[in-house]
Amino acid sequence: MNKRAVFKSWWLPVLFALPQLLLILFFFYWPAISVFNWAFTLEPAFGGAGERLFVGFDNFRDVFADSEYWRSVSLSLFFAFTATGLSMFIAFILAICVDRQLKGSSLFRFFYIWPYAIAAPAVGLAFRFIFAPESGLIAVVNTWSPDLWNPAKYGSHAMILVIICFAWKWIGYNFIFMTAGLQSIPRSLLEASSMDGSGPVRRALDIQIPLLAPTLFFLLVLNLTESFVGPDTYGIVDLTTEGGPNKATDVMVYRIVSEAFRGLNYSGAAAQSLVLIGLIMVFTFIQFRFVERRVHYK
Amino acid sequence: MAEIGIKDVRKTYGSTQILHGVDLNFKSGEFVVILGPSGCGKSTLLRMIAGLEEITSGEISIDGKVVNNLEPRDRGCSMVFQNYALYPHMNVAANIGYALKVAGVPRAERDRRIAETAKIVGLEELLDRKPAQLSGGQRQRVAMGRAIIREPKVFLFDEPLSNLDAKLRVQMRVEIRRLHKRLSATSVFVTHDQVEAMTLADKLIVMNKGHVEQVGTPLEIYHRPRTRFVGTFIGSPAMNFFDTTIAAGGDHVLLDGIVQAIDPVLGGQNAGTAVSVGIRPEHCRLVPAGTVNSVPANVDFIEELGSGRIVHVEIDGLSFAVSVEEDQFFEQGAVAGLQLPSEHIHLFSQETGLRLDDAPAATRQPAPKTVAA
Repeated sequence: MNKRAVFKSWWLPVLFALPQLLLILFFFYWPAISVFNWAFTLEPAFGGAGERLFVGFDNFRDVFADSEYWRSVSLSLFFAFTATGLSMFIAFILAICVDRQLKGSSLFRFFYIWPYAIAAPAVGLAFRFIFAPESGLIAVVNTWSPDLWNPAKYGSHAMILVIICFAWKWIGYNFIFMTAGLQSIPRSLLEASSMDGSGPVRRALDIQIPLLAPTLFFLLVLNLTESFVGPDTYGIVDLTTEGGPNKATDVMVYRIVSEAFRGLNYSGAAAQSLVLIGLIMVFTFIQFRFVERRVHYK
Repeated sequence: MAEIGIKDVRKTYGSTQILHGVDLNFKSGEFVVILGPSGCGKSTLLRMIAGLEEITSGEISIDGKVVNNLEPRDRGCSMVFQNYALYPHMNVAANIGYALKVAGVPRAERDRRIAETAKIVGLEELLDRKPAQLSGGQRQRVAMGRAIIREPKVFLFDEPLSNLDAKLRVQMRVEIRRLHKRLSATSVFVTHDQVEAMTLADKLIVMNKGHVEQVGTPLEIYHRPRTRFVGTFIGSPAMNFFDTTIAAGGDHVLLDGIVQAIDPVLGGQNAGTAVSVGIRPEHCRLVPAGTVNSVPANVDFIEELGSGRIVHVEIDGLSFAVSVEEDQFFEQGAVAGLQLPSEHIHLFSQETGLRLDDAPAATRQPAPKTVAA
């Protein structure tokens, strides 16, 4: 049965699609084209000419010559790998606990997904209060020893803070995928393994992790992409550390926005954006090339 | 080699009772088959012996040692699962050797024993394959190999043959029996297939609705089913039944108004009792209509077996299956005479479902009327 409605008039479907098309046009294509424009041109120092100066790859040369940019890249990489590792590790422990049906697991299964539904800036704001060294819940540690925790002063503390925020938000997401993956492992395999003499840890290492590998790989790429170049990272950094102290958390996504709209260096920021877009494309390519093929949605 | 003792073992899930107090003893080296319809609690009992299912109350002991609170790995049992439960990411050798690896057996020793086991179960050529590349029968062998490599005291089989096609099933049945002879560990085999049960068992246990209905050798159970349920469940095609009352003299019952002789001693003690009369299809006789001592029966339809045939006849609304010899032919729709030899008639009380001449009646509980899951 092929019941396909055929519209004779061309303008009716266009009319229906128009709101969406306009949104995409104004908020995606226009900015994207502008980024190209900005990345390869420069505004004359005192303006006025009305003509933007075409400078070829000079903006990129400037960006790549800047040691702070490379520091930002390495910070981003450090952030991405640590946050991903932490988030996935904790999510896996939680998923294993729920899979073993420990007490209260059905309740936790329900609550664990909640953080993912919260917007990153809101997470950042909440953690900013919780981890405020003077007045947050954490402040008690500073009564034991002054400055035991002070993300406003120590770069390492600030980095820990944003990593915790990101991990907290993504644990729920990872947890759901891992739980689903664990539950698709036939129970009898675990029973067979325990008849063969293995304890819970051995079962996790020998049976559950290998069988969960496609899911874990999928989550790994997704988490890395998200933490390296994703909007969540920007939202969290912006609301907690603002890239500081002393640019200790100045990750790439944050650096672009602050350079463009605070430093007013549109050309430099545009060039960095293009680099980032390139990286996103690489990540996406990896994801489609290697991950989609291996993950079996059951 | 180990004895298994099961003492008043019960299992409940919430308010549903699955096992209603099971008492059994398995001798060392015995091949025990637990037979019953699905949902009778036989798999649950097996899993309780294995340690995969908690024991609600009662006691299970292996080799005299109570194992209620022992982890599966400390019980010395190994198990063959219905769906084999092979580790899909490991090859055959790794599957078979996994228990040894967990136990920390050195590599050389492990390889030697894997090779030895593979030879026993006939998998030498396939050690590098993954389970997905094996046929059903081969997977079954891997599961067996995995179970025997640990040299366990007890083998547990949870319907291991039910996923195989009919021909393989017969073949594996023979191999399991042969393997048992060779290893002589105590084996507990759960199945719903009465042919498997009859052919494999030293000791056969028939379960129904969470109760043990009868324990005995296959022949005891075939010849003297203790309850009507056991009579129905053992034997193929199933036993024929008709309900009636033992006549006043105690030496006969009536089928369609015609006298059927029964054991006069037994009948004499139970005259006037409402009974279910059971007789196996292979013990009924079909004779030309009008023969003395036969009940006229309409031939309903015929199932051809080649080596013989099963004739379904109908008497006054009751249907009987009769197994007849290769050289006996009957026409569908014809009238024949049915004879029920008195020495093969089983009498069960309609009230309790118990066999009338079942020895010491005092120790027997009535057959369960309650339905469990």
